[in-house]
Amino acid sequence: MAHELPALPYAKEALEPHIDALTMEIHHGRHHKAYVDNLNKAIAGNAALEAKSLEALISDLASVPDAIRGPVRNNGGGHWNHSFFWTLMGPNRGGTPTGDLAAAINAAFGSFDEFKAKFEAAGIGRFGSGWAWLVVQNGALAIVSTPNQDNPLMGKAVSGVEGKAILGVDVWEHAYYLKYQNKRADYLKAFWNVVDWNTVSALFAAAK
Amino acid sequence: MITRRSALKSAALASAGLFISTSLTRALAQAAAPSGPHKLPELGYAFEALEPFIDRQTMEIHHGKHHAAYVGNLNRALADYPDLQKLSAEELIANLDKVPEKIRTAVRNNAGGHANHSLFWKSLKKDADPLDSGPLQEALGELFGDKETGEKMFFDKAMGVFGSGWVWISVDKDKKLILESTPNQDSPLMAGRKPLFGLDVWEHAYYLKYQNRRADYVKAVVSLVNWPFLNERFEKLTA
Repeated sequence: MAHELPALPYAKEALEPHIDALTMEIHHGRHHKAYVDNLNKAIAGNAALEAKSLEALISDLASVPDAIRGPVRNNGGGHWNHSFFWTLMGPNRGGTPTGDLAAAINAAFGSFDEFKAKFEAAGIGRFGSGWAWLVVQNGALAIVSTPNQDNPLMGKAVSGVEGKAILGVDVWEHAYYLKYQNKRADYLKAFWNVVDWNTVSALFAAAK
Repeated sequence: MITRRSALKSAALASAGLFISTSLTRALAQAAAPSGPHKLPELGYAFEALEPFIDRQTMEIHHGKHHAAYVGNLNRALADYPDLQKLSAEELIANLDKVPEKIRTAVRNNAGGHANHSLFWKSLKKDADPLDSGPLQEALGELFGDKETGEKMFFDKAMGVFGSGWVWISVDKDKKLILESTPNQDSPLMAGRKPLFGLDVWEHAYYLKYQNRRADYVKAVVSLVNWPFLNERFEKLTA
């Protein structure tokens, strides 16, 4: 079955003023859609690949034929990353994590503020296009970043990082340029206002 | 932290949508760059000179913020290296193996960004004279065949850059033209080739006007190529 663009789990203006409606509309309806369409195009006619789930496909890129591995990596990654990203945000969210996740963040980074600073630094430090991630590696939290649409699911040999992602932020310019232009740092600070920590906590509980 | 404050102030003004004069924008951009050997070059024309193909706001931010940031970050990276401060951005990126590992990535990204943008501004001109004859036209013919095929090949190359990067027509060591692309702010100079013309396909180069429609941006810029400048540059690069 062909891959499909998931609906946004909230209205496109729901994240205003932190992420504007036009950005959400284009980001979801054009960029994400293009990844889905291009992924379907890349695997068309390859029944074995078409039968795989998105996760299975991008976590085993070695089994994808050379001729389409680049498109599957880029567009499969783009589809997975954006599908994940939308679910991590919501209106009237933000605040601070609680419970086990809060304890794990304090243990790994010292405090929530230090965690935020390090996560923002990972986003700012990603030169060009990419993502910053909070991942669970052997039960502990770590911050990593990947170029383009790579992600931790692809594994260390492909993306340079590993672990189970429980939070990610898109730092492609298309994620913030209409509202923030060159000010990626401001976008990353605003991101904290829309993070759904309940979702991140549930992902953490499942991953550790 | 005057530098940071100036940058934030200028950012706040821009996001408020207030009118900012060209000279003020330039002054703020220069204030944002720490002192050092590298300077943000003048654009060479007005921010609105390439309208409607490239809009004024894009040019202001692209030159005054993005390019200025590469210059500032390059100066910062070189602060403790007086010998390297004597080299041009082009010399630095053509010799990255001689740059200490500690600052190599910063120099690669920011000297790359500085050199690439400096060339880009000079390569664009509205209503420039076409290329009628001469060595560059012959070399382009050898690379691409006819003009239509050339534009198609260049377009496809630009569309094929995934993420941030550039597409180039560069001169190889045999003085032949090649079509290539690089990620991020990498330059053909890093591979021993000389860039003749580079097209910026970072989203910041087109997002305010074209959003996800890179194809429309690439088609628009093809009409802005400053052929007399490239003709002269080709002669120098192959002399």
